[in-house]
Amino acid sequence: MDEFLNFQVIADNFTYFMIGRYPKGPLGGLGLTLYLAVVSCILSMFGGLILGLLSISKKRWVRWPSVVFINAVRGLPLLMVIFWMYFLLPALLGRTVPESRTVIFGLTLFTSAYMSQIVRAGIEGIPRGQTEAALSTGLKHWQAMIYIVLPQGLRNMIPSFVNQFVSLIKDTSLAFIVGVSELTHVGTQINNRTMAYPTEIFIFIAAVYFVICYAFTSLSRLLERKLSVGSSA
Amino acid sequence: MLKYHFDWSIVTSGKYFDWLVSGLKITLELSSVSIVLAFLLGLLIAVMRMSHIKPIRFIASAYLEFFRNTPLLVQIFFWYFGSYKILPTAVNDWLNSTNFEFAAAVIALTIYTSAFIAEDIRSGILSIPKEQMEAARSAGFSFLRSMQYIILPQAVRITVPPLVNQFLNLAKNSSLAMTIGVMELTYQARQVESYTFKGFEAFTAATLVYLVISVSITWAVHVYDRRVLNPQKAG
Repeated sequence: MDEFLNFQVIADNFTYFMIGRYPKGPLGGLGLTLYLAVVSCILSMFGGLILGLLSISKKRWVRWPSVVFINAVRGLPLLMVIFWMYFLLPALLGRTVPESRTVIFGLTLFTSAYMSQIVRAGIEGIPRGQTEAALSTGLKHWQAMIYIVLPQGLRNMIPSFVNQFVSLIKDTSLAFIVGVSELTHVGTQINNRTMAYPTEIFIFIAAVYFVICYAFTSLSRLLERKLSVGSSA
Repeated sequence: MLKYHFDWSIVTSGKYFDWLVSGLKITLELSSVSIVLAFLLGLLIAVMRMSHIKPIRFIASAYLEFFRNTPLLVQIFFWYFGSYKILPTAVNDWLNSTNFEFAAAVIALTIYTSAFIAEDIRSGILSIPKEQMEAARSAGFSFLRSMQYIILPQAVRITVPPLVNQFLNLAKNSSLAMTIGVMELTYQARQVESYTFKGFEAFTAATLVYLVISVSITWAVHVYDRRVLNPQKAG
């Protein structure tokens, strides 16, 4: 080893780190990481909304199972959830499921449970008078939630949603375990092939994640300041 | 649906049961060692963040932001595969003489968790009225001594619930150590699966263990909150 650290290995494999073998082959690297994060984020926003609304339902037989489900998922390591998906999905669907879809299912289930807490807190932050006023105009409880309370609560939830997105980007690295060739997997692949540059490769990968995650963390802080200004009025 | 023959006996006794128990032991060991180290490191970073000296504050913030905004898995890989080039030879020799997988996992988990704990401690410190600090300073204590004797003892009391929750996160995050060959609970569950093809049983057992850990920790926080922090709420 002549030099302390040699980042030539990064330059040589830069495209592979960023997009894998795309467009000649499947998307990989950072591109796949972002794809997994964005798709799972959109799905878990819906999952979180549904679970969040169910967990504050007036009906006990709706509220209870959803609260138990949310807390059970939150008590598990994400890795465990992904393993469950890995062999439950094929058994339930009766056919093989592509690894990347397994990961999206796992991430969505896991993140939905966390998002539901954000949704619940957002709804509980809206004054009770709003619900009461809605009910007295003749709306049903669920209508009051969906048309009156939720739209106001969403505004306060946005910064936390962005934070969850950051967690998701970090969590996609676990797709490595089931062999999905996102950024972390590509890193280990190149590391196995080149052998001599693990330090350089993992510093680079960490830096890539950091730049993206830090940008969104800063966005979340900015939104928190901007959105809280008007809402108190 | 595929036909599946359940056989719970494999995870309730015998060799595979022992594997799972040894996995649980390693999970608890890994989390306990890391939470203690992460607490100490987090305390240091939290105090550095409140320092009056700008470069110290900057280093602490950079540390926090960097380790919070990178995946734990990448950090584990860095310490396991890549750290030898930047560490002094003496440290490398010592690490290689120990159980290196375990050591690398402890280092990664400690540093990752310390970044979160530092923020918890900081909000604990900020919740102490600033007159406390002013009074301590005017009584002749230095900044560090005021922290040590006046602010931190009060702040740590409020910080206990988030710290205990960090321990829960650690127990869950420690599952990632399986990727570098630490034989903790998730590793053993997977091992049982590949030896017996009884994945459903093995993962159910591991899942129940994780749930027992998280339910008991959540419950302990609840009790602490009722008994110590807000005794007036207890009815």
